[in-house]
Amino acid sequence: MSVDQKMDSSRRSLLLATSAAGGAAAVATAVPFVASLTPSERAKAAGAPVEVDVSKLAPGEMMTVEWRGKPVWILHRTPEMLASLDQSEPKLSDPASDVASQQPAYAQNKHRSIKPEYLVAVGICTHLGCSPSEKFKPGNEGGMGADWPGGFLCPCHGSVFDLAGRVYKSMPAPTNLEIPPHQYLADSTILVGEDGKA
Amino acid sequence: MTSKSQAVLNWIDERFPLTSSIKGHLTEYYAPKNFNFWYFFGSLALLVLVIQIVTGIFLVMHYKPDASLNASGVPVAFASVEYIMREVPGGWLIRYLHSTGASAFFIVVYLHMFRGLLYGSYRKPRELIWIFGTLIFLVLMAEAFMGYLLPWGQMSFWGAQVIVNLFSAIPVIGPDLSLVIRGDYVVSDATLNRFFSFHVIAVPLVLIGLVAAHIIALHEVGSNNPDGVEIKKKKDANGIPLDGIPFHPYYTVKDIVGVIAFLFFFSAVVFFAPEGGGYFLEFNNFIPADPLKTPPHIAPVWYFTPFYSVLRAVTYPLFGLDAKFWGVVAMGAAVVVIAFLPWLDRSPVKSIRYKGPIFKFALVVFVICFVILGYLGVLPPTPGRTLVSQICSVLYFAFFLLMPWYSKLDKCKPEPERVTFK
Repeated sequence: MSVDQKMDSSRRSLLLATSAAGGAAAVATAVPFVASLTPSERAKAAGAPVEVDVSKLAPGEMMTVEWRGKPVWILHRTPEMLASLDQSEPKLSDPASDVASQQPAYAQNKHRSIKPEYLVAVGICTHLGCSPSEKFKPGNEGGMGADWPGGFLCPCHGSVFDLAGRVYKSMPAPTNLEIPPHQYLADSTILVGEDGKA
Repeated sequence: MTSKSQAVLNWIDERFPLTSSIKGHLTEYYAPKNFNFWYFFGSLALLVLVIQIVTGIFLVMHYKPDASLNASGVPVAFASVEYIMREVPGGWLIRYLHSTGASAFFIVVYLHMFRGLLYGSYRKPRELIWIFGTLIFLVLMAEAFMGYLLPWGQMSFWGAQVIVNLFSAIPVIGPDLSLVIRGDYVVSDATLNRFFSFHVIAVPLVLIGLVAAHIIALHEVGSNNPDGVEIKKKKDANGIPLDGIPFHPYYTVKDIVGVIAFLFFFSAVVFFAPEGGGYFLEFNNFIPADPLKTPPHIAPVWYFTPFYSVLRAVTYPLFGLDAKFWGVVAMGAAVVVIAFLPWLDRSPVKSIRYKGPIFKFALVVFVICFVILGYLGVLPPTPGRTLVSQICSVLYFAFFLLMPWYSKLDKCKPEPERVTFK
């Protein structure tokens, strides 16, 4: 039996080398298959900016436009709504919008917008991607409690945001709503999806 | 058998193990003679698998995985399901069989798993059967989840949105992983098409492979039984277990009774309550998917709700990672922990019949918690409900993780030498 047990080491090396080469080929073949799962060129190109006319948007009203398949809110805030931002401030998780990924630098202010009255925000909860619903009326009318200053409530897991899309403390959502890159082409025309070059 | 047909059989047997397979798996596969009601659900799960495959094949002939809008502004996928329901002859029946079959699958599988818990079917030497079974459960959940996207209704869309976003909670790779799953920055046509591909071919192939492994492993070691004693320990002179009876004809005939009873209830649901009161087919899913508007309340289909409740119960960040990530971990762990049962149970006996009061109590608490978690999973969260689901989640995990201690402490009754049979 000792003859059988003696290993032919050169054949064994060849076997290992062949297996390694075959394995590498298999991995290399898998690359295009996995790559095919990533967003296609068409999907990447679909992010074209959207032009929005807000001249007919009355104070206190909100419109939703679609950008990259996501809802983008444009909320025309009344002076009372803007005042409510002070009221919600102590209850917020990130009142000063310190998390830089959630807004462009020009929207890193209390009202999280270029012009205070117009909020432009991606209407997708930062928790699991539901679209929060409007709870604009202050007070207990919408079942939000008597000291409710107005804002948004995510129906899925109960995250609460103020009228600048800032998330309240100890909510499932980890960060404020995303402010998309946007700019004003004219006084009442917003281009969603592209920063102003100036 | 005539000599001619015997000759044909011989010809086949020399080339393919036909007779020996029939003997090994049916006519000379000996199953314990004391099977009870709980032993119907294995064969019923197989029946539902066949129903799903057959109805699925016919649905694919008419369904179109296309999220683009048709001339009347309705997504093509949604419209093709309406078309199946209203215009394809018999289409409504085939589709209701498939949608009801999904819920029936989980009812049968949950009862099948509970049988394993009752009689210790996961214990040595059946650990691999149990692990294959847990994998089947996991794959079944993936299959059901992907299938639910296909009608492209509001619940399809937003349910998928929430679940795919769960993966983005994983640190470092999460955001890219969810991008690869969706194939787009949002749930879109790309997502619908790949889920269709997975649902109709990739996952079913894996499922059938696992079911085969589950049954092959079972036939290697033989079935457990309500007494949890090994029938192979006592054999007659021919090496046949004294308490074993051939699977065919004894259990094939018994299982036919189970099949008839099952089809009785199944048909009642298919014909009279195919929506299952909004639990089998959620009402919001009769509205076409709208990426701009979330339904006021998103609940997964009933069979996911216990695990969904576990996910929602985690509300505290830990180690610098947010609660969302730990929720996902807890939900995954709630499924994976089931696979470890063979090594968690240290009881000297297998069956609940001989286990002591501690195990019986733990099992009752576990079942109650599982049902409460399932119930809370369909409701919107409130602080009170979250607290209850947190308590139930802790008890769910305690059932498994404390089992090595309480199953050892328990005062068990002695097992009989042979199965009890009246």
